[in-house]
Formats: sequence, structure tokens, C-alpha cells
Amino acid sequence: MIASTDPTRGALLRCGPGESIDLARHRALGGFNALRKALAMSPDAVREQVKAANIRGRGGAGFPAGMKWGFLPKDNPKPRYLVINADEGEPGTFKDRYFLEQDPFVLLEGVIISAFAIGAHSAYIYVRGEFVRPIQRLEAAVEELYRAGILGRSVMGSPFALDVVVHPGAGAYICGEESALLESIEGKPGRPRVKPPFPAVVGLFGCPTIINNVETMACVRLVLEHGAERFLAMGLPKDGGPKVYGLSGHVKRPGLYEGPMGLSLRTLIYEYGGGTIDDKPIKGIIPGGSSTPVLRGDQIDVNMDFDSVKAAGSMLGTAAVTVFTEGTCPVAVLTRIARFYAHESCGQCTPCRDGTGWLERLVESIEHGHGRPGDCDLLLSAAGQILGNTICALGDAAAMPVISFVQQFRDDFEEHIRRGACPYGNKPEAH
Amino acid sequence: MFPNLDLFGTCYPESGPAGGRDDRGGEQMTLAFSSETEGRFQKLLARYPNRQAALIPTLILAVREFGYLSREAMAYVAQRLEVPHAQVLSTATFYTLLHKRPLGRHHIQVCMNVACYLKGADHLAHHLRERLGIGFGEVTSDGMFSLEGVQCLAACGTAPAIQINDDYHEDMTPAKVDALLDQLRRTSAPAPTQGGDQ
Ligand SMILES: Cc1cc2nc3c(=O)[nH]c(=O)nc-3n(C[C@H](O)[C@H](O)[C@H](O)COP(=O)(O)O)c2cc1C
Ligand code: FES
Repeated sequence: MIASTDPTRGALLRCGPGESIDLARHRALGGFNALRKALAMSPDAVREQVKAANIRGRGGAGFPAGMKWGFLPKDNPKPRYLVINADEGEPGTFKDRYFLEQDPFVLLEGVIISAFAIGAHSAYIYVRGEFVRPIQRLEAAVEELYRAGILGRSVMGSPFALDVVVHPGAGAYICGEESALLESIEGKPGRPRVKPPFPAVVGLFGCPTIINNVETMACVRLVLEHGAERFLAMGLPKDGGPKVYGLSGHVKRPGLYEGPMGLSLRTLIYEYGGGTIDDKPIKGIIPGGSSTPVLRGDQIDVNMDFDSVKAAGSMLGTAAVTVFTEGTCPVAVLTRIARFYAHESCGQCTPCRDGTGWLERLVESIEHGHGRPGDCDLLLSAAGQILGNTICALGDAAAMPVISFVQQFRDDFEEHIRRGACPYGNKPEAH
Repeated sequence: MFPNLDLFGTCYPESGPAGGRDDRGGEQMTLAFSSETEGRFQKLLARYPNRQAALIPTLILAVREFGYLSREAMAYVAQRLEVPHAQVLSTATFYTLLHKRPLGRHHIQVCMNVACYLKGADHLAHHLRERLGIGFGEVTSDGMFSLEGVQCLAACGTAPAIQINDDYHEDMTPAKVDALLDQLRRTSAPAPTQGGDQ
């Protein structure tokens, strides 16, 4: 059994492992109060609230939701779309699945409020295809809301109409990138679009489109429920609200935890997570999904908000923290990461398609004991040539872990190369 | 109103994914959606502003109905959706869950990514290979199981994780895997031999 947050503590995480919240329970917990408030306001006023709350996007990039909504063209006669990103592909991340599977009404209430605010009458929720059970749960929840008159022609008796479509992905990490996601809904391979134009101007089916993460929707609901000020007070003045943190790897109690934005990483790992398995010292921490630069164990005193983690040389990303302890070979860990990005490159840009392959082969050859002197610098140089040279951020996502692993654990890499074998005694698994 | 599509309503077909037809030989188009799948397909068309947007969900229906996407199945989808065959091929070949080869009745996906690696995924994968006598990308000779190494399943907090058909199994150990395999063997009828349902 995996410990999670105390069910009563959470504003975002309202239930623990194995539990779920149905429509009756959602109502009992004050469900739809936020929506009712929003519908009594003008869409402009709702957007103002969201802007004042400065919700930083929970999908990884931290872009303020209110500001993004402001990019919608005012005079475009085309329909507008709201698209929810539930692709949850960044390795280490498992938070959005919770909302789909255990608390879908929080997500859906946020979706209705956001669609109302931006003037969208269709919302698509794009869920990764592996999530068969979560998709079933979400679809059932959508149907319940139609039957309850909360979705459809008249949302809660108001003149506002909204349809929600749950759209399945089919196994491609790149479809988490917002423009690839739109291509995927349109029935095409998930190849990111060149930007500009940004989706807010030319998005789904050529229409203005807002794309937000699942947890961002849960935050929108909180902002309407409690007001922007109280939302901000739940976190930091400029980066407010509660945050869902994921904890995985060598910790005693992995799982999802809720805390204020800006929670100390040490508190998350040692108090919430109960410390490391066998109380071993920490060797490395990936703070926000596998694309975020790795921190050494001694960099644990950082606060988990977008600006602080950036100042520490990494990124908050999805706040999915993966911990590995002493005795773990960083070359082996990086091998998994490099393999992932090489596999998931859509193949559209040469630096990413070829570069990720180079990174994978180089790291793998070190892992298999065939590394050559100079390989560390070759890795840094190859990764450096991907950075910033691709249509979407997958190239950066592949390059950053390589650069950071080599910089943070260079001795391990050099030792691996010198010995022609793993200094920790790993035998690389054939795959 | 968009009714609940129930896209994933049925489990894999009773004939078993391995029962997909042999499409070599350029025979006439003999595939067709069952009436149940046809109903889902029709609902699907109503949900989107154009037919191509229904392509990926339709291909998912086709995988579930026919077991995998043979060339014939892709041609059938192209015809039903009235989208160019080349578009169907281009999309179908891009996505890993749109299987282009027959799978075992129980398709086992083992997460090999970082969080699972740290919690013993390699060991688990090794154990599965030994128990089933197949490697990644292979199907057991009785058509019951297929095995695949996959990327992060978003179950990292309950690593190591595997997925068998529609269900996740988390906090896995070799012993739990053995129990699962035994249970699956006990509860499923023998799979038909390849192409044997024609
Ligand atoms: C390669 C790649 C993969 C991504 N995967 C996801 C994902 O799985 N889920 C997600 O919400 N955002 C993902 N993003 C970020 C999205 O492009 C986008 O910024 C986000 O969905 C916007 O929502 P937000 O502003 O609410 O965070 C990914 C970005 C890139 C470059
Ligand atoms: S790494 Fe295996 S589920 Fe995420």
C-alpha cells in the first residue's frame, strides 16, 4: 500500500489511493459552487480572476493561464476550442491520472468554468491511450454531467452551452506537446507545428484554441471557489496555489502529495516520503520529470516553485520528483532517459531525430563498457547542438538531462569509460 | 449531447487478437465492424466537425475488433471514413498503440523507464521473459501472451508497473507476476491458432 496525502488535507487531492469521488460526494463537498459563481459573473470577470491568481500552467512550462487566455483574438468569428492536455507522458509524472480516475468532477468543473471564460462551446480532453480505465471513468463522468444538466445545451440552466469530448491518444509522448496534440486530434501523426502562429490564434481545426493541463483546470476551479487572493495565499505571492507533487524512486513512501507551491524538497522527500529506502544518502534527484536537469543529493535544499528550482539550475516541470540513492549508477539512469527521448522523437527536425539517436548510442556504449575517452565532451557537444535548434521542446528535453547528468556525475561517467565496466557492478541488461 | 462513446467498452475480441486474419494474397475486403462496433463508430462520427478527426479513435476500434491493423483493416478504415488510404497509413504507423502485428490474447507491457528501473523493472522483465519463453516483441506459440518493453506508464509512484491489455498492475514483484500469469492461464480458453478462425 502506498501512502499518499492525508485525504482531509488536500484542496487538490481530495482522496487517497483506492478511493474516488462520485457526483453525489462532489456535490456534498461543495461541488459546482465555483461553477455557479462563474456563471453569475461575466466571462470577462472570470478571466480577470484567473489572471489575478496568476495560475502557472501545471503541464510543465509554468506559463500563466490567464495570460495565455488573453492571447485569444478578440475579433475572430471562428469558434473557439478548449483542449485539455491529459497526455501525461513525461517520465516520472503520474498526477493527472489521479484526477481522471479518482476525481474527474474537479477536472470537469474546471473545464466548464474555463470554457465559459474563454467563450468555447466545445472542449476536448486528450487522454493518453494507455489510460483505458481512466478514460472509461472520465467518459462516465461526462455522461453523468449531461444527464444532470451541467453539460449540454444549457449549463445549469444558463444560456451557456458546452459539449465535452474525451479523445484518446494512441501511444506517442510527443502528443503531449500542445501543437502535436492538436495534429493528433485532427487524425494526423503527432508532429509539432511551427510557431507562430500560436494555437490561441490558429489551433484546432484552424480555430483559436486554448490548451491547458488537467491540474491547471483543477486550479481554475479553486480560484473561482476561493477567489484569487486566497488561491495565491495557498502558495507564493507570485506563484500561488497548492501543488500536486509526485514522488518516486528510492523513497520509503512514494506517491502523490499535496503541498503549497514552494514546498521544500527536503520536506517532500524526508517528511512526506518518509526518507530514502534503507536510509541511504541521496545521490541524485530529478525534480520535475525526466527532462528536467538532475540535482545532486546535496542540492536538496531548494523550494519547489518555478523560480526557485530554476535558480537551482533545474526546472519545476511537472513537480514529479524521482530520487535515486548512493549505489545507483547515473550512467544506467541516463541510458533509460536517453533511450526514451530517442524513441519518442517525431523525426521531423534533423537535430532532434539524429541528435537523440546519437545521445542514445553514446550513453549506451558507455553503459555497455565500450565508452571512449572524450565521450563525455562528445555528449556535451552533441547535446549542445540540439538545444534550441528544434521546432518543439522535445529536443531540449532530450539534451538537458544528458548535459546535467554528465556535469553532475562526470566522475562516474569517466570511471565507467576508464574501466570499461560499471563501477557499481551493474551488468547492462540486453533489451 | 454527445453520448458516452464507450470506446473501450468491450475487451479484446473472443477470437483473440492473434486471430486476426492473414491479409496476404490480396483477397477481397472481407472485414467489417460487428454491429456493436458499428454503433460506436457511428457515434464517433457525430462527435467531430470532420471525419478525419475520428481517425485515431476509429483505428483504436479497429485494433480492438480485428486484433491488429492489417493492411486490409487500414483499407477498411480508409473506406469507412472516406479519408485517403495514405493518410490512414501515415497515422497508423506513427502511433505505438495502433498495433500493426498480431498480439497475444494477453498483451503484457512492461515499463522500462527510470522510476520502474529504480524499483527493479529489469529484473521483472527478465523474469517475464523466462516464464513466457519469449523476448520483447514476441508472441508465445500458443498465442496466449505477448511481451513488450514500454515507456513510462504514469504509474511511477507504484513502480514497477506493467499493463496487461486494459489493466494496470502496479507495485509488481516476480511473485505477483507469477500469480497473475497463472490466473490468466486458468481463466482464458485456449487461443485459436494463427489465422485459424477463417
Ligand atoms: C515534448 C513535450 C511533451 C509534453 N507533454 C505534456 C504532457 O504530457 N502533459 C501536459 O500537460 N503538457 C505537456 N507538455 C506541455 C504542453 O506543450 C503545454 O505547454 C501544456 O499542456 C500547457 O498547459 P498548461 O499551460 O496548463 O501547463 C509537453 C511539452 C513538450 C515539449
Ligand atoms: S517509470 Fe514506469 S510508470 Fe513511470
